[in-house]
Amino acid sequence: MTNTITLPATLANSLRSQPDSSGHFGSFGGRYVAETLMPLILELEKVYKEARQDPAFEAEFAELLRSYVGRPNPLYYAQRLTEALRAEAPAGKGAKIYLKREELNHTGAHKINNCIGQALLARRMGKKKVIAETGAGQHGVATATVAALFGMECKIFMGAKDVERQKPNVFRMKLLGAEVIPVVSGSQTLKDAMNDALRHWVSNVHDTFYIIGTAAGPHPYPELVRDFQSIIGREAREQILELEGRLPDMLIAPVGGGSNAIGLFHPFLDDADVKMIGVEAAGEGLNGKHAASLAGGKSGILHGNRTYLLQDEDGQITEAHSISAGLDYPGIGPEHSWLHEIGRVDYMPITDDEALASFQKLSALEGIIPALESAHAVASAEKVAPTLDADQILIVNLSGRGDKDIFTVASALGVEI
Amino acid sequence: MTADRLATRFAACKSRSRAALITFVTAGDPTAADTPAILDALVEGGADIIELGMPFTDPMADGPAIELANLRSLGSGTKTKDIFALAAAFRVRHPDIPLVLMGYANTMLARGPDWFADQCKAAGVDGVICVDVPPEEDAEIGPALRAAGIHLIRLATPTTDAARLPAVLNGASGFLYHVAVAGITGKQQAAQAAVEQAVAKLKAATDLPIAVGFGVRSADQAAAIGRVADGVVVGSAIVDIIGSHGNAAAPFVKDFVAALRDALNANSPHFRETAA
Repeated sequence: MTNTITLPATLANSLRSQPDSSGHFGSFGGRYVAETLMPLILELEKVYKEARQDPAFEAEFAELLRSYVGRPNPLYYAQRLTEALRAEAPAGKGAKIYLKREELNHTGAHKINNCIGQALLARRMGKKKVIAETGAGQHGVATATVAALFGMECKIFMGAKDVERQKPNVFRMKLLGAEVIPVVSGSQTLKDAMNDALRHWVSNVHDTFYIIGTAAGPHPYPELVRDFQSIIGREAREQILELEGRLPDMLIAPVGGGSNAIGLFHPFLDDADVKMIGVEAAGEGLNGKHAASLAGGKSGILHGNRTYLLQDEDGQITEAHSISAGLDYPGIGPEHSWLHEIGRVDYMPITDDEALASFQKLSALEGIIPALESAHAVASAEKVAPTLDADQILIVNLSGRGDKDIFTVASALGVEI
Repeated sequence: MTADRLATRFAACKSRSRAALITFVTAGDPTAADTPAILDALVEGGADIIELGMPFTDPMADGPAIELANLRSLGSGTKTKDIFALAAAFRVRHPDIPLVLMGYANTMLARGPDWFADQCKAAGVDGVICVDVPPEEDAEIGPALRAAGIHLIRLATPTTDAARLPAVLNGASGFLYHVAVAGITGKQQAAQAAVEQAVAKLKAATDLPIAVGFGVRSADQAAAIGRVADGVVVGSAIVDIIGSHGNAAAPFVKDFVAALRDALNANSPHFRETAA
């Protein structure tokens, strides 16, 4: 067992020192935007660097995370899940499973961490209008929430199909004072919502801040979203040292764009003994419709960054599918593409059916209804924990709560509500 | 490059004291079989330079008109190889008309920059406008195009300030495309005074011809911009005609382009002399 001391992020041989000065994680990341947006993105980078050096910015962020979001949230030992898996594992196997309870945050998921940070940046840049894209509506709700908190005008771009499928979240956003704009272009889902948010932004750069919901997009977004979400990993690290007196053996988190996963992983990247698994949505299976960009895609350029994308041989983007709307995106954050390529993180596909089973299992065993996104990570833990020794420790990021998903799950199980 | 068709054409327009008419259509809209007749209509109507759009599933810089054109083209099965076949056939029919490909990085770079540059060269493409590769990411596509003798046409926008302009100009060739509005294609119109001010600033900074586009929809607007710029780009208005008339669009496209060209000609003292 090692209790590695994390290298300072400034060391060149640290895995935590990415991206480089031009926003690249290896060959991934970068700034692939229309010229109109470039000056704004360069300004955002400058403002963000200054903010990180400003103790007042850090203090306000920390205070809002404490008093408004409800941090720190607990690291919870899932004893019944652990024991249920041990019962089926070979003797001496079955790792101890902890859940990082991001679902206990205000608005019910990790998304709010990032939204608070970006709203503080928007205010610092003098922008009074914010926009965001949303799929299932979780990031839209989190953005509308911080817009209300900061007294900012808020527009949420949401695929027309998702507006129809996610009526409760649409109502929540409106209640919070946001305008929800149904996007009728393309496949009318998350990627099209992002296209239209970018179109709106490019036409309103002078007064509008774009709160991107995941660790993707043009530099500096992947970096700043990661930094705001790294509170997850920093807390988990402190908590596990307190509870167990040592670092975990493995971290598991779901990956759509990948902001909750990079938030958990990043503070541990230089701890060579901590293994990590990012869980991609395999939908109907990797031979069918899925959203596993690393397992089934290749490097390309979309939405401002170079990263793994689901695409055909001509570079046309193909439609993603996952039962979990938060994972239903044909790309992934660029830092994950890099961590995949250098082999620091393993990425595992989990299907809709496996996630559905784990959704029910965690609800019944622990009294915690996970978001379908998080259920993918639980399913991965169910596969991996029985292969680890019983004295090993595994942390699963429970990125969100599942209340939003009960209609989807009921429908998949053939239950009418 | 054997003959620089872009430079030759801009010089010819300048000698006639008129702006070059640059027209955009999406390749394969509504089908690849319809594109040759539409390209011929552009030339017959009097276009000096053709911008041929490469359709992409996610055209983030485009407004509804060109986005729909992209979807029509992809919906009818247009592939990258079809676009190069259209370009090569155009080059045979029109040996002197400059042809510029415009589109997004992911389709241009899907098989690597060298493959793309080679295909451009083989098809007789003169220049490339890649909407989502700013100067900061030039290494993705710039070196390969330059090595193949293909112009990389850069964009300057209302947000490109004096401090940033040198970076945009460094590596730019063919002409400089001034995006007249901070926005997407085919939506707002720029104020003429703002266009004039911007073109004057750009001309002070480069010898490249300056073409102005985004939001130019009418002959009157084209004429007004043509009085100050070296080229005027019209796209969405033509694409709308194709959207309305589909595979019967060519004669309508030709008439519209002819009206644009007449308006630019009317700026020219040469034209007035011959017309008189």
